[in-house]
Amino acid sequence: MPLSPLSIHDLSKRYGGIPVVDGLNLELAPGCCHGLLGPNGAGKTTTLRLALGLIAADTGEIRLLGHALPDQGRAARQRVGVVPQSDSLDPDFTVRENLFTYGRYFGLRPAELAGRIPRLLAFAGLEGKADAPIASLSGGMKRRLTLARALVNDPELIFLDEPTTGLDPQARHLIWQGLRRLLHQGKTLLLTTHFMDEAERLCDVISVMDQGRIIVQGSPRELIRAHIEPHVVEVFGEGLTAWRDRAARFCQRCERVGETLFCYTHAPQAVLVDLDGRHETGLRYLHRPANLEDVFLKLTGRDLRD
Amino acid sequence: MTEPRWFPVWRRNFLVWKKLAIPSMLGNLADPLLYMLGLGYGLGGLLQSVDGVPYLHFLAAGMLCYSVTNSSTFETLYSAFSRMHVQKTWEAILNTPLGLRDVLLGELAWASSKALLSGAAILLVIWGLGLQADFVLSLALIPVALLTGFCFAGLGLAVNAVSPNYDFFLYYFTLAITPMVLLGGVFYPPSALPAWLAAGAAWLPLTHAIELARPLVLGHWPDRPLWHGVVLLLYGVAGFTAALGLTRRRLLR
Repeated sequence: MPLSPLSIHDLSKRYGGIPVVDGLNLELAPGCCHGLLGPNGAGKTTTLRLALGLIAADTGEIRLLGHALPDQGRAARQRVGVVPQSDSLDPDFTVRENLFTYGRYFGLRPAELAGRIPRLLAFAGLEGKADAPIASLSGGMKRRLTLARALVNDPELIFLDEPTTGLDPQARHLIWQGLRRLLHQGKTLLLTTHFMDEAERLCDVISVMDQGRIIVQGSPRELIRAHIEPHVVEVFGEGLTAWRDRAARFCQRCERVGETLFCYTHAPQAVLVDLDGRHETGLRYLHRPANLEDVFLKLTGRDLRD
Repeated sequence: MTEPRWFPVWRRNFLVWKKLAIPSMLGNLADPLLYMLGLGYGLGGLLQSVDGVPYLHFLAAGMLCYSVTNSSTFETLYSAFSRMHVQKTWEAILNTPLGLRDVLLGELAWASSKALLSGAAILLVIWGLGLQADFVLSLALIPVALLTGFCFAGLGLAVNAVSPNYDFFLYYFTLAITPMVLLGGVFYPPSALPAWLAAGAAWLPLTHAIELARPLVLGHWPDRPLWHGVVLLLYGVAGFTAALGLTRRRLLR
């Protein structure tokens, strides 16, 4: 059994008496993409900061690449890459200078870096931009550069805190391609995201966090199978309020969110027939398989978290 | 030999500075030079002599210390704040093996270096105008500039650590730097002040820097050099220690 790149046991951290991380356990498998999902304020970013040895926990044990945190954080971070949530590229440097300067923080020598930087630029698709100033890059290019920067020390484990937030679909696909290539190279990824499609696509294992602890864990398929009915019929349009009472006859579970009624069911036939019969009333629907977002909303609720 | 851990942080700032070195140095030099020439010749024309020397000669050491103080303070307030708060440069560095102490030591060393450079620029002007009484003795102004730069870098980093925004720095300038410049002996000897005010001014770090620098320009060894040096060192160390604790609370809690 290979060593877990990150193993967290009974981790807690309070701020001003309020628990932000509350008895969290997490074990990453080597070479896997592990997704950490949760509403805002669930404790994801605090967990990442604890897991990097940047802040000290109140209780609990963390081992990062075999090193006990936070005492051996320095040695552990030597082999970890981080893509932070907010842009922290150096605006005074070019693309190449950003990679070079960052590599120096890891104690890498100029000759080593000169060998690595062309590969990193190729990975990020920024070969033609090596001498471009940061201000001239698009949002997607900046994120790809941030990802390349996180790889400058050839890390075994990479932390990604919302790596595609704010990107257009094309740019997101490029980041996903890059992450899949890293997985092929045997790297372990720990990813936080608010995009359920991203998590479903990339992650081997997903942990859903809420109120500082992990409430469920499993592969995306397992979670969908275990926690939600396989079919979803989203109903909207005129007459929804009146029809709502009928819905309970056909569906295991119904939930109204704004203008839409979500009907969850194992057997969608009856509800579809009923809806088809009322086509002229202005009631419309969308039938789709259940996905991770349905699981997430069921488990963490639909209330707005700020 | 392996380089100290903070050195890559110093080098990062140096590489950015190198891109804009000429305008940056001109900016550093213009202000104290204008003071020196304007006050030195303008006001100096009205004064017979101050402490037995022409006013321009008297003013030179004050301007050197003023320039060093300003340079170090600007670097640790506005520039360091940009790197800490706006550009998130420090956060990016903290994700690497470097720790907060390395980041702050790098900033401290960098601000001291810039201060040294400002002091050296004024020293060149002093030499150019022939204001020094003894060339060899005036070389001792170089370590004085470095020590003064270190002192104000430590203090500046502590102020930076508690600052919510750029506007906050104005308080530090109004309440600390400006009183020091006006009372610490930059423009006139502290003996011109009433005794109670001079006694207060004796506690200010800039006063000690000037007590070291002025005799070195005027051609004699300072009184109690060790005492003044230790005071500057202690202010710097105390400021840096506070900065480390306060910045840790700000960024890593």
